[in-house]
Amino acid sequence: MTDQAVEREVGRARLRKEDARLVTGQTMWTDNITVPGLLHLAFLRSPMAHARVERIDVSPALRRPGVVAAFSGRDLADGLGSLPCAWPVTEDMVLPAHPPLAVDEVRHAGDPVAVVVARDRYAAADALEAIEVDYEPLPPVMDLEAALAEDAPLVHSDKGTNRAYVWPFEAGEDYETVRQRADVVLTRRYEQQRLIPNAMEPRAVVVTPLAASGEYTVYSATQIPHILRVMLSTVTGVPEHKLRVVAPDVGGGFGSKLQVYGEEAVALAVARKLGRPVKWTESRSEGYLATHHGRGMIQDIEIAATREGKLLGLKVDLLADMGAYLMLVTPGVPILGAFMYPAIYKMDAYAFTCTGVFTTKTPTDAYRGAGRPEATYAIERIMDELAAELGLDPVELRRRNWIRHEEFPYTSIAGLTYDSGNYEAATDKALALFGYDALRAEQRERIERGDRVLLGIGVSTYTEMCGLAPSRVLRDLRYSAGGWEAASIRMLPTGKVEVVTGTSPHGQGHVTSWSQIAADVLGVPFEDVEVVHGDTQAAPQGMDTYGSRSLVVGGAAVHRAAQKVVDKARKVAAHLLEAGEDDLEFKGGVFSVKGSPEARKTIQEVAFATFTSHDVPDGMEPTLNAEHVLDPENFSYPHGTHLCAVEVDTETGHTRIRSYVCVDDVGRVVNPMIVEGQVHGGLAQGIAQALYEEAVYDAEGNLVSGTMADYLVPSAADLPEFVTDRTETPATSNPLGVKGVGEAGTIASTPAVVNAIVDALRPLGVRDVRMPCTPERVWQAIRAARKEAAA
Amino acid sequence: MIPPAFDYVRPAGLDEAVRALADAGEDAKVLAGGQSLLPLLRLRLAFPDLVVDIGRIPGLRGVREEDGRLVIGALTTHHEVMRDPLVRRHAGLLAQATATVADPAVRHRGTLGGSLVHADPAGDLPAVALALDAELVAVGPGGRRTIPAGAFFADYLQSTLAPDELLVEIRVPKREGWGFRYEKFHRVAQSWAMVGVAALVRRENGHVAEARIGLTNMGATPLRATAAEEALGGAGDAEAVARAARLAAEGTRPSQDASASPEYRAHLARVLTERAVLAAAGMG
Amino acid sequence: MTHISVTVDGTTYEDDVEPRLLLVHYLRDRLGLTGTPVGCDTSNCGACTVEMDGASVKSCTVLAVQADGSEVTTVQGLARDGAWTPLQRAFHEHHALQCGYCTPGMIMAARDLLRENPHPTAEEVRAGLEGNLCRCTGYQNIVRAVLAAAEQSAAPAPAAPAQEVTA
Repeated sequence: MTDQAVEREVGRARLRKEDARLVTGQTMWTDNITVPGLLHLAFLRSPMAHARVERIDVSPALRRPGVVAAFSGRDLADGLGSLPCAWPVTEDMVLPAHPPLAVDEVRHAGDPVAVVVARDRYAAADALEAIEVDYEPLPPVMDLEAALAEDAPLVHSDKGTNRAYVWPFEAGEDYETVRQRADVVLTRRYEQQRLIPNAMEPRAVVVTPLAASGEYTVYSATQIPHILRVMLSTVTGVPEHKLRVVAPDVGGGFGSKLQVYGEEAVALAVARKLGRPVKWTESRSEGYLATHHGRGMIQDIEIAATREGKLLGLKVDLLADMGAYLMLVTPGVPILGAFMYPAIYKMDAYAFTCTGVFTTKTPTDAYRGAGRPEATYAIERIMDELAAELGLDPVELRRRNWIRHEEFPYTSIAGLTYDSGNYEAATDKALALFGYDALRAEQRERIERGDRVLLGIGVSTYTEMCGLAPSRVLRDLRYSAGGWEAASIRMLPTGKVEVVTGTSPHGQGHVTSWSQIAADVLGVPFEDVEVVHGDTQAAPQGMDTYGSRSLVVGGAAVHRAAQKVVDKARKVAAHLLEAGEDDLEFKGGVFSVKGSPEARKTIQEVAFATFTSHDVPDGMEPTLNAEHVLDPENFSYPHGTHLCAVEVDTETGHTRIRSYVCVDDVGRVVNPMIVEGQVHGGLAQGIAQALYEEAVYDAEGNLVSGTMADYLVPSAADLPEFVTDRTETPATSNPLGVKGVGEAGTIASTPAVVNAIVDALRPLGVRDVRMPCTPERVWQAIRAARKEAAA
Repeated sequence: MIPPAFDYVRPAGLDEAVRALADAGEDAKVLAGGQSLLPLLRLRLAFPDLVVDIGRIPGLRGVREEDGRLVIGALTTHHEVMRDPLVRRHAGLLAQATATVADPAVRHRGTLGGSLVHADPAGDLPAVALALDAELVAVGPGGRRTIPAGAFFADYLQSTLAPDELLVEIRVPKREGWGFRYEKFHRVAQSWAMVGVAALVRRENGHVAEARIGLTNMGATPLRATAAEEALGGAGDAEAVARAARLAAEGTRPSQDASASPEYRAHLARVLTERAVLAAAGMG
Repeated sequence: MTHISVTVDGTTYEDDVEPRLLLVHYLRDRLGLTGTPVGCDTSNCGACTVEMDGASVKSCTVLAVQADGSEVTTVQGLARDGAWTPLQRAFHEHHALQCGYCTPGMIMAARDLLRENPHPTAEEVRAGLEGNLCRCTGYQNIVRAVLAAAEQSAAPAPAAPAQEVTA
């Protein structure tokens, strides 16, 4: 049964319900939580990248004031299993043990070896200095290629190799055959530097035990309370039904809180051992070592095309830096990218291989975009190089190869069915907003007059797969869980509404957007809807928030659950109005009999009548409450065109972003204000990868960019004003027509910026600048090109 | 992270402060605004037994004129320095460079004296003090002494103050009719200068009569670009300035770190010197 | 232990504290004023920004003993009888926050900025907020909000926060 609800909410820039607490400081960050008798944890971490732990003595710490207990990895080993990896991407993947506290060996700087429990955080920090550890240094493993050499030192000596897995994928015709037909073959190597996610709220965890009944509540700054509950249960042996996980206010994640961390497991183990509540809060510089990193890949990419610029084939060989251990989805991150290298382009052959490599560095895992920014970067960079090689405008080259609007739905060479898209419309709009032709003219002028500041224009036409994910596809990718999302609606007696969602927002505004969706379907005021989330007791079923999935899976589930409520209410209303269900229409929250509009019941009246249940249809369960668990039928494929203009000072190598225009197509939009905000934030992170951020290690495995003073997160003063706009091509794979937006800006923007820099410098002979494009790297690239030109 | 424990005194006057420092020896740290010291404590890179908080000692804050010089109290905050009318009028270079230090909140607490004593070659103000030919007045058990800026910076994060000496004021000659520019090159607004160039230029008849150039982050201490200064004498056009600026890195030994190589720093010193001098001379 | 007397958001507190206690930990752990969060350990992020004697400071880089005798205002002390300040309203109305962790510091820094420069340009707002990092918004809406608050401060305050903005 379909009701044509009057849409008053979806599409509106509703101000956020979340804000009132946040602008007044009435927040509940995990570190704010305190309970009587709370003890504080501090972790002692390895100062070395790789070493054997010869001896560890925590007892001197016990003599420090305020210290209640201290444990080494061995002390806790019995109660703690290995931290989980949920994505064994191949059958023969090498999966090393990952104890939450290292026992015999440390494998990256920051690997924890002991934990102190004290009465306050100052005492805990002090006591760390009393713990005695003898390390026997082992060789660090830093370089991805060197790590794969025959005689390379091993990160996990018991495994006999630093190769975690090899994941091959081929589609279409045989690549080598297709390559023979090509007029032009370009080969490039791109590097994805390691990034540190830097959610503004550092991680924190509080565990409160109810020792008598063996129950535990875990408060954690996590994106994944539901997954964490299952996983902590398996790691610690506390039965799942005895664990409650709460994600209170969570200050950003960007993938870094999509993880099951050792500190969470240790906190639970210590709370269980001592029967006391415990808290741990990470410091920023500690987090740089202990919270997973993102990216970290070497990409060898080859593209084959005709002289006219028609793509024939694409070959990608990745080396992906796993870091020291395989964490929750570490091995799967590059695999998420595997399907995106062909991007929006048609071609005949695609060959991909990814090799996962262990190094003695902090483990990598999901960071905003997770695999897809890397893929988009490589294909969009080499498309620009191909355009230059063929003497074509980079936009024109893309036009000649992209999937045309009338070709949708289109199954890409990688086997994804793109349900909808309009690359022409987004690109045309972006070019107009950008003033493309005028900027090209200025670019020529500057070159002609020998300006020391050159102008460059970068293009990035991206799509991405998000809205993770159809469970069957996840099965085929060997992911250990499903990709559904749950929602339930509670109609309260007074007609107010509680939406219970399995998504776990940490800045995305779900409370507001889900209210809009539910209000429309139920015909109730926006203000009458509350959204419950982030607590496995209150919202027991969920798959949490990551991969731009929340709206397309979780929001769609809310929509469906609300429709079920209306269906139930219709039965009650028909009964009360003594009419047939088919004779009722439902509009704006009111059931009325067709033809006699005075015979009406509001949904609030129906809710109260169902509450009393004095007069409901025979045999009907006396409730309007409904739930829906939605397993998406497809991924979501947002797309768009991003254009960046940079001014590069050829004397200093300094890059200034002159203008940035993006036109994104994220399907229908629930709240344009929130969507725009997601795009802005995504752009900032993508631009930051292009220009500023890098986790730098030295040869010994020390993290050189070890504090926020060294790892350059850009401020308002470092970023430009963005021009953002949208086209709207509804998705056909979900009832709302929406597409994911959380990662799009990050995915698209990095290549736009680097393409612009290289475009500016191409007249000087520069063909690439490694990220982040620091002034020195730009200057060195110019110098090298000039030397080459002179030779 | 959390600072290690320390004893703490907050002397009411200079004598008391000097006595406290003298008693504690090497294990004391002076706390002024704390904007350099507190991050060191929090990262546990410093473990003082005693912290001597001089923040409330009277008479160490503010700017006055005396004998044709500006006298700036060591506890004058960056915020006060950059807005002070006397500083802006007579030592515009200092005001301009101070406005680039860290960020507004840090500038509210951080002090000119603290920045100089911290002696970080990447800090903006040591090079400015050199260029301005400032004098630093210290008080110790033996009384007051005046140290020219050129003799104040001993090594990386090391001044020539004795452990029981306190910097109390900075004396800056007024430079009427001199043009100035602080060219700071950094990767993001908040980060330290990769290289900075503090230029003061006096022009006569359209030519550079005299130039004073301080270099930030071109060695273990702030430095003067003396070769370039000399070559600038008489420079009458942009080309002559550019030629002279090519000498800006002579005698420097810039460090290698994650943000730049010595070679690139030397290059920057030359480019920024050219730009700073052109701007200071009004030739840009 | 050192005895201090600090007025925070209008209430005067007397306490004995360890000299090394950071002001932000004093606010959070001793006074329970958890509206001011901690985001880093190098005074880069600005999440902990509060006002001390009329000027913004990073409360992670001030010792509690240094605040002895001072008047401190945190984000929790801004609203009067439930009425938000123009900046709080503007942050809400212009979607200048997502996760909200940087917001207290950002608002306190913006307040300082507007006190110094009541009618800033967008560029001046960006420069003035250089010491406060946000990872969610890309800053664009923060700049908009500060500019709007600057305008609003000149105009009489509206009766109630607006319910919607036009996209």
